[in-house]
Amino acid sequence: MPSPKQASPSLSTTAPPSDVVGQVHSIETMGTVDGPGLRYVLFLAGCPLRCQYCHNSDAQGVPRGTPTTPTEAIADIIRYKTFIKNGGLTISGGEPLLQPDFVRALLKLAKQQELHTTLDTSGFLGAAADDELLDNTDLVLLDIKSGDPATYKRTTGVNLEPTLIFARRLDKKNIPIWLRFVLVPGLTDAPANIEKIAEFATTLSNVERIQILPFHKMGEHKYEAADKEYKLANTPTPTADEVQAAREIFKRHGLTAE
Amino acid sequence: MKTSEPIAKPKIPAPENISDPWRSFTQGVWTDEINVREFIVNNVTPYDHDEVFLTGPTERTRKLSEKIAILLKKEIANGGVLDADEKIVGTVSSHGAGYIDSDLEQIVGLQTDAPLKRAMLPYGGRRIADQALIAHGRKMDPEVEDFFTKHRKTHNDGVFDAYTPEIRKARSIGIITGLPDGYGRGRIIGDYRRVALYGVDRLIEDKKQQYAASDDSEFTDAWVREREEISDQVRALMELKQMAASYGFNISRPAANGREAVQWTYFAYLGAAKQQNGAAMSFGRTSTFFDIYFERDLAEGTVTEEQIQEIIDHLVMKMRIIRFIRTPDYDALFSGDPTWVTECVGGVTEGGKPLVTKSSFRMLQTLYNLGPAPEPNLTVLWAHHMPDAFKQFCAKVSIETSSIQYENDDLMRSYWGDDYGIACCVSAMRLGKQMQFFGARANLAKALLYAINGGRDEITGEQITPKMPAITGDTLDFDEVMEHFDETLDWLASTYVKALNIIHYMHDKYCPEHVMMALHDRKVFRTMACGIAGLSVAADSPSAIKHADVTIIRNEDGLATDFKIDGEYPAFGNDDDAVDHIATDLVELLMSKLREQPTYRDATPTQSILTITSNVVYGKKTGNTPDGRKAGEPFGPGANPMHRRDCKGPIASMESVAKLPYEHSQDGISYTFSIVPKALGQTELERINNLTSLLEGYFTENGHHINVNVFDKDTLLDAMERPEEYPQLTVRVSGYAVNFIKLTREQQMDVITRTFHGE
Repeated sequence: MPSPKQASPSLSTTAPPSDVVGQVHSIETMGTVDGPGLRYVLFLAGCPLRCQYCHNSDAQGVPRGTPTTPTEAIADIIRYKTFIKNGGLTISGGEPLLQPDFVRALLKLAKQQELHTTLDTSGFLGAAADDELLDNTDLVLLDIKSGDPATYKRTTGVNLEPTLIFARRLDKKNIPIWLRFVLVPGLTDAPANIEKIAEFATTLSNVERIQILPFHKMGEHKYEAADKEYKLANTPTPTADEVQAAREIFKRHGLTAE
Repeated sequence: MKTSEPIAKPKIPAPENISDPWRSFTQGVWTDEINVREFIVNNVTPYDHDEVFLTGPTERTRKLSEKIAILLKKEIANGGVLDADEKIVGTVSSHGAGYIDSDLEQIVGLQTDAPLKRAMLPYGGRRIADQALIAHGRKMDPEVEDFFTKHRKTHNDGVFDAYTPEIRKARSIGIITGLPDGYGRGRIIGDYRRVALYGVDRLIEDKKQQYAASDDSEFTDAWVREREEISDQVRALMELKQMAASYGFNISRPAANGREAVQWTYFAYLGAAKQQNGAAMSFGRTSTFFDIYFERDLAEGTVTEEQIQEIIDHLVMKMRIIRFIRTPDYDALFSGDPTWVTECVGGVTEGGKPLVTKSSFRMLQTLYNLGPAPEPNLTVLWAHHMPDAFKQFCAKVSIETSSIQYENDDLMRSYWGDDYGIACCVSAMRLGKQMQFFGARANLAKALLYAINGGRDEITGEQITPKMPAITGDTLDFDEVMEHFDETLDWLASTYVKALNIIHYMHDKYCPEHVMMALHDRKVFRTMACGIAGLSVAADSPSAIKHADVTIIRNEDGLATDFKIDGEYPAFGNDDDAVDHIATDLVELLMSKLREQPTYRDATPTQSILTITSNVVYGKKTGNTPDGRKAGEPFGPGANPMHRRDCKGPIASMESVAKLPYEHSQDGISYTFSIVPKALGQTELERINNLTSLLEGYFTENGHHINVNVFDKDTLLDAMERPEEYPQLTVRVSGYAVNFIKLTREQQMDVITRTFHGE
C-alpha cells in the first residue's frame, strides 16, 4: 500500500500551471449531489485507496486518464457557465489530491471565473494540498469513510489519521466541509464506528452538513469488466431503518445527518 | 342529419352589472378595436409571491372528478372509445346541451349531447370518418354516407384529385407521412378570449365592417375568397350564440365577471372543437386574461379564492375530455388519443412586465386538484424576468407530476411578440393574427439513404425520386454523400411543399374552420409549417462517415441495405461541434430549400423538429443507417440525440440541442428530457433549485423547448405490468404529454429505452 508521501510525489514540484497535465477520468456536466447547486464535476483518475465499495474502481491506482491541462479543463467548464453559475465546479475522482498541481492550477482558474469550487476527497492526501490550493477551495466534501481506525483500514486499505489531520487543518482555515460517510451493512455500520465519526464531528466547527450515503451496487459491473474481485457482492443495501439508526447516533451528539 | 335544440334555463344567474362589463378596467385602444393583447397589458396584476394562497379541490370538484374518473375507466374498458355518434354530422350547433352532472358543473358545454361521446366529422374525409367508426365497432349512418358520397365532396377527395404520382409514392413509402390529407389539420388557435371581452355581437359587427370595406375593390381570386370566408365566419358566430343559448347563456354581450369570462371563452373553444377534428386543438393563452376578471371580482367582493379555483378546475376538466374519433393508423402515429388542448402560462410583456398572475398558479394547481394528466398540454413560457417564486413552483410541479412542458419566451417574444400561443407542441403563433398550414414531417434519415441509393427505397428497392446517381464505391466518402444528400433534399423540399399546397388548398375549400378564423383579424399571417423527423440519425450518419470508416453492405440488387462501421465517431448530444454543426447545417440547408418553394396563399415556409410519438413509426419504416442504427429502430424523438448516445450528461445534451437554430426552425425544436428524481438532488428544495437552474441555463443558451420527466424507470416498468395501478401516470414525449398506459407497447418500450439521466 502506498504511503501518503509515495502517493504524492508531486508535493515538491513547482511546475507552472501551464505545464501541468492532469489525468482526467470523466466528466459529468450535471452534478447535483456533489456540492451546492448544479455542478460541473471533473473526475480525476487515480486513487491510493482501495475502498471495498468503490463505485469508480476504474479510477483506482496510478492516474491514467485523458491528459488535460488546466487551461483546457477550464475552457470546457466555462462553456457551461450559464448552468453552473448558482452551483460551480467540483473536482472529484479517484482522489484529486493525487494530482495536486493540476488541482491547484484549475481551482485558481475557476476562482478567476468566479465559480464556486468544491473538492471531493478522502482527505488521505490532505498534506498534498498546500495553502494556495486550499485558498481557492470554497468547500470540501470530506469522505471520512469510518471513525474506527481498524475499520477504516479494513475498508480502504490505508490509515485514518491523515484524514483527521486534514479535517482539523480545514477547520483552522475556516473552510467548510460536508462530512460524508458510506453506510455499508456488515462493514461500516457498527454503532461504535459511527459513534466515533460523530464524536470527531463535534470537535470541528466547520461541518456544514453530514451526509450518510447508503451503500449501492451501481459500480459492480466495473469490477466484472476489469475482472477484479467485488468483495461486497453479497452485501445488501441498507434498509431505511438502518439509515435512520445511523442518523440517530449523530442526533445523540446534537448533529443532523441527512 | 337532424339537429336538436332544447332551450335550457341558465343554472347560474347572470351578474347584476351586465350593462357595464368593462367597469374599472383601464381603457385603451382595445375599447375601440379588437385588441385583447392591449387589454391584458393595460390591466394585468402581476403576482410575484409563492403558491401559499392556492386552495384544494372543493366538494363539487371532487364529486365531478370522481364521475369523470368512472367515465374514463369505462372508456378504456370499452377499447378507447366510450360512445360515438354515427347519425348526426357534427356542427357547432348540431347537438343539444350535454352535461356530466348539471348540478355540479360550474363550467358547461360538451362536444355532443353526452360526455366522451365522439362527434362524427366527415368533412375532412368521408372514408376516414367511416373507417374510424368501423374500427370502434360502428358504422356511418347510410343516409349520411350517401350524402357525403354523392352530394358533398370532402377534403380527402379533393386532395387525391390533385396529388401527383410522385407525391403518392413518397407518402405511402413513408418519407413524408402524417400529412393532414384525411382529417382536420388543426394547429389553428382562435382567439377565444375575444368572445369574452367583446361579446359575439361586437365581433359580428367587426366582421361586417371588414366585409363592407372591400365592396368597391377590384375582382381578384383572393378578393372573392375573402368575401365568402367573412360571410361564413359571420354565420359561424351566429351559430356559436345559438349553441351557448342551448346551455342558457347569452354570449352576444361581453362577459361581466370571471366566471362568465371563463364560460364564454370555453364556449368559443367548444364551438371550434365541434366544427373541427383538428390534429391539435390548442386553447391559447387564457389564464392571465381570466385573472384580470378574477382580480376585479375579488376587489368587488363577489368571489372567493375557493370559487375561482373551482371555476379553473372545472374548465380544465372540460379540456381533459375533449375527444375525436380516429383511425387505427392515426392512433399508431400519435399514440394515447391526443388532442393537444395546449394552454400557455407565464411569459413577460415586450416591456419586460411579467405576465405571471395568481391564475397562472391556479392553472398549474389543477394538476394537484385533479391529478396529473396529459391534457390540457400545459406549457410554461419561460422568461428570465419571470418571478423566481413562479419558476420554483413550476419546477416543483414538474418534479411531482411530469406534466409540464417549457418553451423559451425570451426567444419567441422577439419573433412573435408577447401575445402568442402554442399550437400543438412547439408552434408559436400570434393569437388571432397568425395561423399555420400544418405539414407533419419528412423523414430526414430516409432521405439520407435515398442519397446513397440514388432515390431507391432501401426497403422495397422501388425508385421513389426521379433517377438520381447512386453512390457506387464501397466506402462512404463524406463530401460525396453530402453532395448527393443536397440533391435529394432539393427533390424532397419540392415534393413535400407541393403536397402541402394541395392539402391546404383543399382543406380551405372543403373543410374550413369558420369558428376559429372568425376569431382572427382580417389579415392573417400564414406559415407553411414543414417538419423533420430523424435529425439526430441524419447528423450522426455523416459524422460516422467523416470520422470513422463506413462501408456499404449491398444486397443482390446492389441496394445499400446495411453498413459496417469501423472506429468511433462523435455523436450528436455531447456538445461536440464536430457533429453538432452537421446537425445545424442540415437544418439550415433544408430550410433554405423550403424557402424557395412557391406556397399556397403565399404562406411563409417554416419547419419544426418535432415527432411527438411518430419517431417510432418513422423508425419502423426506415432501414439500417450509417450511424449504426438498426432497421426498424426508433429515431430519437424530436431534436433529441439518439437513445443513449448522449453520454456527457444532460447539460452537454441540452447544449447540443440548443445549438439548433430557431431562426431556421421557427415552427419549434422539441427536446425531451428524462431524469430520475435522485439525480436532481438530495432534498426537495435542492431538486427544485437544480431543475430551475437547469431550465434557466438551457433557455439562456437559446434552447427552444423542453419536456421534463422526473421519474424512475422502475415506475414505468411497473406501469407496463400493472396499468390499472397507474391510471394517471403522465409522461412527456416530444412536445406532448401522454397517459403512459395508453401508449402502444412499442412506444412504451421506446420511452423506457430513452436516455434517462442519472441512472
